[in-house]
Amino acid sequence: MCSSSLKAALVAALLASGAAEARELRVCADPNNLPFSNERGEGFENRIVELIAEDLGASVTYAWRAQRRGFLREGLKAEACDLVPGLPSNMEGVRTTIPYYRSSYVFVTRPNEPVPQSFNDALLRTLQVGVQLVGDDGWNTPPAHALARRGIVENVHGYSLYGDYRQPNPPSLIVKAVADGSIDVAIAWGPLAGYFATREPVPLKVAPVKPLFDGPQLPMVWDISMAVRKEDDALRYEIEGALTRLKPRIDAILEEYGVPRLDSPVKNAEARP
Amino acid sequence: MHRGSAVLRHGVAPALLCLALCLPALSQQQPIPTAPPSAAPGEDGQWTMPAKNYASTRYSELDQINTENAKNLQVAFTFSTGVNKGQESAPLVVGGTMYVLSPYPNILYALDLTQPGAPLKWQYNPKPDSAAQGVACCDVVNRGPTFANGKVYFTTLDAHVVAVNADTGEEVWKTKLGDINRGETMTMAPLVVKDKVIVGISGGEYGVRGWIQALDADSGQSVWKAYHTGPDQDVKIGPSFKPFYDSDKGKDLGISTWPPNAWEQGGGTVWGWISYDPDLNLIFYGTGNPGPWNPNQRPGDNKWTAGIFARDADTGEARWFYQTAPHDLHDWDNINEMILLDLEWDGKPRKVLVHPGRTGFVYVIDRTTGEVLSAKPFHALTAVTGVDLKTGRIQYNSEKEPINNRVVRDICPTAPGSKDWNPSAFSHKTGILYIPHMNMCMDWESVEPNYIAGTPYVGAEVRMFPGPGGHMGEFSAWDIRAGKELWTINERFPVWSGAMVTAGDVAFYGTMDGWFKAVHARTGEVLWQFKTESGIIGQPTTYLGPDGKQYVAILAGVGGWAGAIVSNNLDPRDGTAAKGFVNAMRDLKNATTKGGTLYVFKLP
Repeated sequence: MCSSSLKAALVAALLASGAAEARELRVCADPNNLPFSNERGEGFENRIVELIAEDLGASVTYAWRAQRRGFLREGLKAEACDLVPGLPSNMEGVRTTIPYYRSSYVFVTRPNEPVPQSFNDALLRTLQVGVQLVGDDGWNTPPAHALARRGIVENVHGYSLYGDYRQPNPPSLIVKAVADGSIDVAIAWGPLAGYFATREPVPLKVAPVKPLFDGPQLPMVWDISMAVRKEDDALRYEIEGALTRLKPRIDAILEEYGVPRLDSPVKNAEARP
Repeated sequence: MHRGSAVLRHGVAPALLCLALCLPALSQQQPIPTAPPSAAPGEDGQWTMPAKNYASTRYSELDQINTENAKNLQVAFTFSTGVNKGQESAPLVVGGTMYVLSPYPNILYALDLTQPGAPLKWQYNPKPDSAAQGVACCDVVNRGPTFANGKVYFTTLDAHVVAVNADTGEEVWKTKLGDINRGETMTMAPLVVKDKVIVGISGGEYGVRGWIQALDADSGQSVWKAYHTGPDQDVKIGPSFKPFYDSDKGKDLGISTWPPNAWEQGGGTVWGWISYDPDLNLIFYGTGNPGPWNPNQRPGDNKWTAGIFARDADTGEARWFYQTAPHDLHDWDNINEMILLDLEWDGKPRKVLVHPGRTGFVYVIDRTTGEVLSAKPFHALTAVTGVDLKTGRIQYNSEKEPINNRVVRDICPTAPGSKDWNPSAFSHKTGILYIPHMNMCMDWESVEPNYIAGTPYVGAEVRMFPGPGGHMGEFSAWDIRAGKELWTINERFPVWSGAMVTAGDVAFYGTMDGWFKAVHARTGEVLWQFKTESGIIGQPTTYLGPDGKQYVAILAGVGGWAGAIVSNNLDPRDGTAAKGFVNAMRDLKNATTKGGTLYVFKLP
């Protein structure tokens, strides 16, 4: 067992015996990436980990770092923290919890303008389309591939997911670009798009892309979990317990932030053990 | 397979084999290639720039250490850089002072060679922004300082260029040329030409639009800057631009060979080596891969990425361009060294540039025109079949294209190519090129979930593995005119260090498991080897000390892309880490640990 889990267990034991020392829930998060998190605690991941910490009788301590290359290696795996919210449920190299939401990539458009019905819609060949680029490992976001394999390249504009880190929430630029007319449709990850679409002067429209699986290897829909180190099953069970108990309140937070959901909020939670 | 008959394993009495097989193989009827005297002036016992000279031969006329006595080499002194990351830098010697540059945080040390044990004279710390570490793609390396006009110049990971007074260690100027918040970093060694310091930017993975820039050596002010995508004006393509091949002729190809706007984040960064021909007043250097777009999102040749530029050193105006990887599919940056030589080719004297590329070919190119005279493979190749000398175009094998929704096996070479940044050496005496390189292939399999900035996406499962023969590295002697290997020393791990060769007919290089080796420049016989504290990925240099004796210097300290498993402590269970390099390098953790130490050797 890793030292931090031991420490957590020890602290928990002390708590149980009435010791005054508070338990610490150490979380890795990006200090500048709303709607997920920021250093003022304004993101939905911030809100959700606060809920979980409260449930576990702990207080949250953050290890802040940009969610870029090395984020897991230098954070979770280096034991700078014990918990990372907001990772794909099928991520390898970490132990993920049960999912707490499912979202998808979405089309973002201006009101009163046409919305592409799918990646096969001819509209995508005439509109100015924005996609987010990763540029890592020679791979990119699923929508970027979906467009490219249909030969839709001439009218496509790339927005780096890394963005300019001096600006607030760098990946959000693609949504602003729809609002200001630089592009007609953005294809972005749902939680990011859903949040910023409602914060433009004119609220933008957000609709899940179709098909949701563009061939077996291009999923547009993802289950999202929290993650702990592989050997830290004790903490994982605790987090899963909290996620289950807190589901209605977590769903309310996700709704408040405009996260487009492809799972069913609240109802499922009641059925879970 | 391309491989010649004389593949030798070290320790297998190579001298006998080689005397029989190798020497006759060198095209010896004609005079050997020579380095242009203006670019490689006579020996002064110093080592003032990483490439030794403008021709980038990394050759020293010093011959006190020779094939007879190299076996007696012993440690003269050592020095810790204080940074346990990949040490790719070259130790410089100017007069009685040695200059050593560490990886991030890029501390410059001056050691006093006139005193016993070479004590520290001063150190200069540019204090780069720590956030730069998270931006650098492949460990936080630096490829060395350079000396000119009483100053030491170098780049910092957070994209500054600094000039330091070589005597006092005082900062003369410091110029910011990029912003780490936009993914811009710097790792290359500058080249000083006359009154200009020439540098380029790294960060192709982040959508940086690559450029090269000349700064005034006294003030650090920008003199000229040329981009590698976009309109001709930005690329500094004008009336004097005369490329050899038709595919490089036309207006604004930096726009028209891309989908609209894609060139704005097109890559084509500069992080490798620059050579200079004073007679032609041209610099020669390579551009990085196109990015961050995937190949099928950027139909077209994607000018002017993944190719070689010749530019006027004073104005930056382009003279010619040759694209080694049009529409690059494999991440084949073309930033490797350009060695300037004069030789006889088909009975005519030619001024050439010799370039062992990531693509797996040693290119011999007429440096006055950009015509490719020869492109011969030095690595097992499946991803490409050859280079058409009529059109200059590389021939990709479509079966081995790494594309989505497909499993592709046995792609050779891999993303870091047949050979990455680590430079070759050319002996003015033997006429042989010494190429430190890899012997690796990869599988490109399905996809795995990943995420950046809270956004999930799919990534490739790339797994690299040893190429034919089961070893991953080679140190090869290459006959430039014949275009074939004379002998090869196989190494267990990729050879990620540079090479250096001397008039004593001794060639030097290091291995990732920590052996520093002196080999016979004609036979490949290992004359001497010394086990350092950590794996070696640095550049050997040699000099005449104040005592009149010849010394050899190397930095040990494993890292870089290949060695990130150790320097970044990656999990060996995740074979796809470091873009698939970890799969091949699992054993490196058992063979070496982190380090950062200068070793200097001498004869007793």
